[in-house]
Amino acid sequence: MVERIEEIRREAQEAIAAAASTEELEQLRVRYLGRKAELTGILRGIADLPDDQRGPVGKAGNEARGAMESLLEGRAAELDSTEIDARLAEDRIDVTLPGAPAVPAASRNLLQRTMREIEDVFVGLGYRVMEGPEVELDYYNFTALNHPPGHAARMAQDTFYVDPASLSPELRIEPAPTVPGEQVSGPALPPGPEDVVLRTHTSPMQVRAMETQGPPIFIVVPGRCYRSDPFDATHSPVFHQVEGLAVGEGITLADLKGTLDEFARAIFGPERETRFRPGFFPFTEPSVEVDVSCFRCGGSGQTPEGRCSICKGTGWIEILGSGMVDPNVFGFVAHNGYDPDRVQGFAFGMGIERIAMLKHGVPDLRKFFENDVRVLEQFR
Amino acid sequence: MKVPYFWLREYCDPAMPADELLDLIALRTTDVEGISYVGPPSADGFVVGKVVSVEPHPDADRLSVCEVDTGDGTRTIVCGAPNVAAGQTVPVALPGATMPGGEELGKAKLRGVVSDGMILSEAELQIGDDADGIAVLDDAAAPGSDLAEVLPLAEPVLELEVHSNRVDCFGVYGVAREVHAITGAPLGDAPWEGDAEASGEGEASDYASVTVEVPELCPRFTARVFTDVTIGPSPLWLKAKLLAAGQRPINNVVDVTNYVMLLTAQPLHAFDLDQVPDGALIVRSASEGEKMTTLDGVERTFDADTVLVCDRNGPSGIAGIMGGQVSEVSDSTTRVLLEVATWNGVNILRTSRKLGLRSDASNRFEKQLHPELAMRAQRFASRLLVELCGARLVQGTIDVAAEIPPPHGVQLGPGKAERLLGMRIEPELCATYLERLGFGVQSEGEGLTAEVPFHRHYDVGREVDLIEEVGRIHGYDEHLPSTLPEAFGQGGRLSREQSLRRRAEDVMRDLGFDAVVNLSLTDPGMPARLRLPAGDLRREPINVSNPLSLDHSQLRTTLLGSLLDAARYNLAHGAERVALYESGRAYLREPIGDPAAPGREAEDAAGIGVLGGHFAGDRPPPAHEPHRIGCLAVGSISPQSWRKEDEAADFFALKGALEALAAQLGAELEVEQGSEPFLHPGRSATVLLGGVEAGWIGELHPLVCRQWDLEAAAGFEIGLGELAKAASLGREQYEDVTSFPAVRQDLAAVVDEDVPAAKVRDAVLGGGGELLRSADVFDLYRGEQVGEGRKSLALRLTFRAPDRTLTDDEVVGLREQIRSELAELGGSLRE
Repeated sequence: MVERIEEIRREAQEAIAAAASTEELEQLRVRYLGRKAELTGILRGIADLPDDQRGPVGKAGNEARGAMESLLEGRAAELDSTEIDARLAEDRIDVTLPGAPAVPAASRNLLQRTMREIEDVFVGLGYRVMEGPEVELDYYNFTALNHPPGHAARMAQDTFYVDPASLSPELRIEPAPTVPGEQVSGPALPPGPEDVVLRTHTSPMQVRAMETQGPPIFIVVPGRCYRSDPFDATHSPVFHQVEGLAVGEGITLADLKGTLDEFARAIFGPERETRFRPGFFPFTEPSVEVDVSCFRCGGSGQTPEGRCSICKGTGWIEILGSGMVDPNVFGFVAHNGYDPDRVQGFAFGMGIERIAMLKHGVPDLRKFFENDVRVLEQFR
Repeated sequence: MKVPYFWLREYCDPAMPADELLDLIALRTTDVEGISYVGPPSADGFVVGKVVSVEPHPDADRLSVCEVDTGDGTRTIVCGAPNVAAGQTVPVALPGATMPGGEELGKAKLRGVVSDGMILSEAELQIGDDADGIAVLDDAAAPGSDLAEVLPLAEPVLELEVHSNRVDCFGVYGVAREVHAITGAPLGDAPWEGDAEASGEGEASDYASVTVEVPELCPRFTARVFTDVTIGPSPLWLKAKLLAAGQRPINNVVDVTNYVMLLTAQPLHAFDLDQVPDGALIVRSASEGEKMTTLDGVERTFDADTVLVCDRNGPSGIAGIMGGQVSEVSDSTTRVLLEVATWNGVNILRTSRKLGLRSDASNRFEKQLHPELAMRAQRFASRLLVELCGARLVQGTIDVAAEIPPPHGVQLGPGKAERLLGMRIEPELCATYLERLGFGVQSEGEGLTAEVPFHRHYDVGREVDLIEEVGRIHGYDEHLPSTLPEAFGQGGRLSREQSLRRRAEDVMRDLGFDAVVNLSLTDPGMPARLRLPAGDLRREPINVSNPLSLDHSQLRTTLLGSLLDAARYNLAHGAERVALYESGRAYLREPIGDPAAPGREAEDAAGIGVLGGHFAGDRPPPAHEPHRIGCLAVGSISPQSWRKEDEAADFFALKGALEALAAQLGAELEVEQGSEPFLHPGRSATVLLGGVEAGWIGELHPLVCRQWDLEAAAGFEIGLGELAKAASLGREQYEDVTSFPAVRQDLAAVVDEDVPAAKVRDAVLGGGGELLRSADVFDLYRGEQVGEGRKSLALRLTFRAPDRTLTDDEVVGLREQIRSELAELGGSLRE
């Protein structure tokens, strides 16, 4: 009996190994382990066997059953994996077709992007971002920036004036000092032809910010500005600037240089440095114009192709105007803690279009306002 | 400002190449434009020659054959000039020399005679205007010597862009003073030292009189009289300087006035005294509409702000800007009245802008000259007129002057420059720099007091101005350290609104919309093209008084118009579809809606902030400038795909984008029935964010589409302030949604066709009560099973209790409540 069990076991072992499909394997399971299987019969009849055979036959039978079960399981796993492989081999797609749905990779505007980059540099340096009105009072755009009424520098900026009849009929312009500390009084009046302008620079926000926040103050002000410059490759009546203002005790021109060096390196590359030249702006003294060493030629003025086209061979590119805040400007906000004898600081203003043009090789400022998607989509 | 280097060197010679000097000026003084050259590109091959003999050309009437001594022997030169004569010392170009035009001179055969060089005219050398005859040089020059020793050849001209506060550098001597300050090279004596001797008869007041009616606009008017003037050409050296500085020589008297101006920055004007009736000049304001023909031959009309210099018959010149033709110096002039005046700079600037007329004089006067400079120019010009025009100066100067501003002193405290600049400059150096710039310096220990010279009178008045002077001359590029402020006292960051705006912009970009930046100036037809009716605040834009063109004369009141412009542009340039958005401001004279509405101020105080147009500052802004997001799509909402049909950019496509935008910022979004004049009335809605009206969404009105040549378009525009206010992004609080499982059920509600889905959803949510956490419409069915005029909306419901697992009985109960809520809408549940 024990021999027979061994025989069945060998036979089953061979059959299981030879099984070619899960169906065949199921038939084998029924044949060797099912209710009508020989081994099942043997094990069922064990009670009828003589005492001395019951033990060995039972042991051999159960062992054989266990062995066959594990063989079946193993073979089933093998066959399953083979069949999945076969099915997968049939199921192929063209992976080179485009994905769907087709979401266009749209564009952040290059101007918007450049503005954010600049903001982020200064946020990292400890500045906050403030914004101000574009339709602005003459007082903020000029007077409080040390362009008193009748000052020549007012006329040097090509200012758009706002037709007072198109403003709110309720609007009243409060009397404003024309020199620092001047006491003014009198009723507020409806705006006159020169009271309201489209701001010619982001600088008016210097004064608004200092009226609101005492020193120390570290802010940048991005925004739109307007000048009556006709369109050409480097001018537009509407353009964007970022203003910077840092005022506290003991802030120096050298600090301005360190700050702008950081800025230049963040925007134009780690090797960049800045150079200060004397400039003239009514609301800074001393005033400086700032050049950055050319990022194309590295400041040598020469490229392998010849004279550097970015810096015109000079090695330097003018990027912004700046200077130490003029004491007269502090004079207009002295009531909020800006005592010119105690606080000092710097201000700067840069054109965002110019920075973006330089950095990305945009040849014409008008491209920024054409909004041609073929151009937009070059800049993600 | 053109500064010929050879002229500059007469007053200060820094002994360095012109390009090096130009760089230094850029770094220490003012902006520069570059270097140009006068005459030939190189002085090589140009020599002094002596005409030994002149014979007529055998075969040409007009040519002469000359033997010219050029130091290395005599050579034969054929010359066409009528004035050539033996014994003359002349400029000669030898074969091989490069002419000003760039061509190289060769040996030429002229009618059979070989010419071994060329005798030159002033014009050919670009040192004068005479092209008819050869230039004749002073006999002192030796034959064979380099012509460059006698005449300015291949001389660099520094072109400066002088800052408007530095009127002194509009004169060569002022630039020389700067070069002296920068380099320390010695500065020659000022040209205005010394006066001419008066040898004319009588007194100036016998010949002329001056009345100034507007002393505030004419702080000083000086006049001198010259008799026995001989008008003629100026000497070569003078013409060469004028031409190199960009000034055309005219005659000796006019040339002297220009020469003095170019050297000292003080403009002058010469009258033919015999053309001034009784020699009487009157300085007065123009009467409104008064006319005069200026020297350039143009008739000009004035207003009452214009100051005129008049004689008894009327205006003879616009003060400080340009003279008139009536009393111009001419070839027959023998008596000259020389005017040197000081004008009110702002008035000159205003007048010259108004007239669109700028001149070398107005360019200087508008920057405000000190009255003291007038007499300097008188003295210098008098010497030259006597010397060069044979004139006799009449005794006395007519001088009508208000009080001349006295010089003032400014202190520079110890250590003050270092404190402001962060750069140490030794006190002795500060004193040296200021002295070189012409300041009278009195040192007081580490500090000093500087007396401001007249040429810097209006520019330097405060300590900080002195600091700028010493700082720039010391050299920022060489000495300024690079440091960062020591204490910030605050942390840098974006405000919540600014971060949310960035997020909103990025969501729009990620949804496939291209960001555009449009001009905010638009044309007066825009509101009408958008069908905005009278009375709509958006039809009453803020106007520019002085626009460049009507196309850019108003501020936009909505982003839609410029988005439509951008869409049309792109479709016209080959785009098949566009999906654009803009994040920017609209400009309104006042906020839309009733500013006095209750709660409005509280809402403002709660701070929609800068995005809502609330800006810092003591004085409120004159207009309302809310920041908005507008978007517009035309054609398919996404690019063509192999996997699905194109989906038109219609109401629901845009609503999907709007929902995604609101959801990304965690803002509660609702849309209500509502429309705008520019929208399809049946396919448009009012947008509410956090329950507050925030804008519109919809398909555009066909008549608006037609205005922009579009088939169809859809878009939305919402206030970013409202979006930011409704946004929960960043403020979310944890809620336990995992301890007890949710029960999900689908439900179909059948209602009449005209019941809005939002109403159905509200009814379902109302019936479900607190335990119904969400109800989302996911299917819409119309057909036989629900009957004519009815629709079935399928909603997915999620029930959840925070503290227990919900039982089936509880949910069944809620479903019954939902059923009864729906019944009130005339709806039923489809089981």
